[in-house]
Amino acid sequence: MISASGITKRYGAVQALDGASLDLRPGEVVALMGDNGAGKSTLVKAISGVVIPDAGTIAVDGAPVRIGGPRDAQALGIATVYQDLALCENLDVVGNLFLGAEDRFLRHIRMERATRDLLGQLDVRIRDIRVPVAMLSGGQRQSVAIARALLGSPRLVILDEPTAALGVEQTAQVLALIGRLRERGLAVLVVSHNLADVRAVSDRVAVLRLGRNAGVFGTATAAQEEIVAAITGAGA
Amino acid sequence: MNPDTTLRTPYPMKVLKRGDIGAWPVVGALVAIAIIFSTLNDRFLSAQNLTTLALQMAATGTIALGIIMVLLLGEIDLSAGSVSGLCATVMTIVNVKQGWHPLASIGLALAAGAAIGLLHGFMLTRLRMPSFVVTLAGLMGWQGLLLYLLREGGTINLPFTGFISKLSDTWLPGWLSWLVVAGLVLGSGGVSLLNRVHRSRAGLPVTPVWWLGARSAGLAVLLGAGVLIMSADRGVPLLLVIFATLVVGFDLLLRHTAFGRHVYAVGGNAEAARRAGINVTRIRILAFMLGSTLAAAGGILAASRLSAVNQQSGGSDVLLMAIAAAVIGGTSLFGGRGRAYAALLGVLVIQSITSGMFLLSVDSSVRLMVTAAVLALAVAIDSLARKGPIR
Ligand SMILES: Nc1ncnc2c1ncn2[C@@H]1O[C@H](COP(=O)(O)OP(=O)(O)OP(=O)(O)O)[C@@H](O)[C@H]1O
Ligand SMILES: [Mg+2]
Repeated sequence: MISASGITKRYGAVQALDGASLDLRPGEVVALMGDNGAGKSTLVKAISGVVIPDAGTIAVDGAPVRIGGPRDAQALGIATVYQDLALCENLDVVGNLFLGAEDRFLRHIRMERATRDLLGQLDVRIRDIRVPVAMLSGGQRQSVAIARALLGSPRLVILDEPTAALGVEQTAQVLALIGRLRERGLAVLVVSHNLADVRAVSDRVAVLRLGRNAGVFGTATAAQEEIVAAITGAGA
Repeated sequence: MNPDTTLRTPYPMKVLKRGDIGAWPVVGALVAIAIIFSTLNDRFLSAQNLTTLALQMAATGTIALGIIMVLLLGEIDLSAGSVSGLCATVMTIVNVKQGWHPLASIGLALAAGAAIGLLHGFMLTRLRMPSFVVTLAGLMGWQGLLLYLLREGGTINLPFTGFISKLSDTWLPGWLSWLVVAGLVLGSGGVSLLNRVHRSRAGLPVTPVWWLGARSAGLAVLLGAGVLIMSADRGVPLLLVIFATLVVGFDLLLRHTAFGRHVYAVGGNAEAARRAGINVTRIRILAFMLGSTLAAAGGILAASRLSAVNQQSGGSDVLLMAIAAAVIGGTSLFGGRGRAYAALLGVLVIQSITSGMFLLSVDSSVRLMVTAAVLALAVAIDSLARKGPIR
């Protein structure tokens, strides 16, 4: 289990996070919701090592760990898919999946085989994995970015607004893929503004408001109004 | 596993679907050039003219290969011409005036090229200057240094019978040429066959055997025709062999090593490359070093052809022709797309035009305009291919 507790981060006069906490368990999808500026991205960045919090602890299986940079997070098995996927459009799927992880002399066959197996396991449909990524649809690109996060066998996958730019069908594809990450026993954290997506894919919903926890809900049991109220602060 | 992942049409049919038109426009241009000039002048396709053409390609082609390394990053190198002239001058001075061994002189010239590339790369990555400005300064500065080094006399001759001049006056004997052709055809055919076996063992889609056969046959016919024609004259020039070896070597480097892949990645999306843990600065500096070293090599070949260096070395249109060759050959100016073979194809187009115009005794003004038209066409094709891939 990976837990962040009491995470605090201040940017000048802006208190982006004020003692926010979050628990992430294997085989569970947690949706992180909150209004614009609530601190979602900052919390994600603190966990993935992009931002160093002013205070708070991150613990893996109960033991506190130090995350001083993205490399530390990766070494702990935390993989992040950023909103701007960071793919090289001119490279093919294989090239993108293994980017930065190649042997000095490329082992084309081994890499292509591994790519095909991984995409097959995730049930990602890409007709030809050797065309440039520029030729793929938005959903396929998102899938490639997620598959790439899986290459390092992480324990936690963080997705920042994975469906924000997608149409109906491609959103369904990516949500199904997130479901398969759960089946693989991974902990998944999804940042999203879309209640329908969140209901479809998550087990729990954690809401941030003004940098603080505004409630954690079981997706199956909570009423939609409850979640919306927590996000907007109505009735609080 | 779903079947869609594995479904693939064989390569030849896929080419058009991808929107990747590849080398076909250039090959078409070459055929058109051959037809036009040979009808206008029957000496164009003569053994003597084609052999001379092969000899002329090497220097500009090698510089173009260096330009490609930099274009792949999405950068530009305007200094390649000046660097080629300067490094050739350095080589000539230490060889002729200081009496250095020719090989040591060549080594020094290449090292000077690498050092210049290192400096450019440093200014690009550490001082964050745009490559256009860095290499524009290089274009002027290295030209200035060349003029300074040559200030008394303005020309230094290389001994005609010396090693360096001999480079461009050495011709492969017939048997050796045929041996090289056989080696290349059998070698490349064997490798692709072996690759096919490994792929099918790994359960990966494979190219049909007939296509591999057709490719090998095509290569055999092309190389065979070349050797046949050149043997009717003086033979295959060593200079062409050097250039071709560089092209093949850099093609392997770009397609089969992590370094090559990272060059494409940086050219495609530098931020993505950085997040993937690639040392983008290192890749950029190395590519600029390779580019300038190849420029130096091209300068050496040019000095060998001329048996001298002078104030025009690496000047006038050397740079323009090298960049034009790289782009006409199919290297994208936008970075991340192109292959080493673009240098060979592009310089073939440019030298053919030059040679044809020369035979027709057309003024060089016309030659420049025709080359410009071909260049414009090549860039237009590149831009269109980039914008709207046919899906
Ligand atoms: N690098 C930064 N410098 C200064 N202020 C920042 C920085 N990053 C975030 N902030 C501020 O911190 C607060 C929280 O930002 P954060 O990006 O975490 O919100 P968010 O919940 O992800 O919002 P959104 O839904 O718009 O993505 C905001 O007020 C934002 O302006
Ligand atoms: Mg955000």
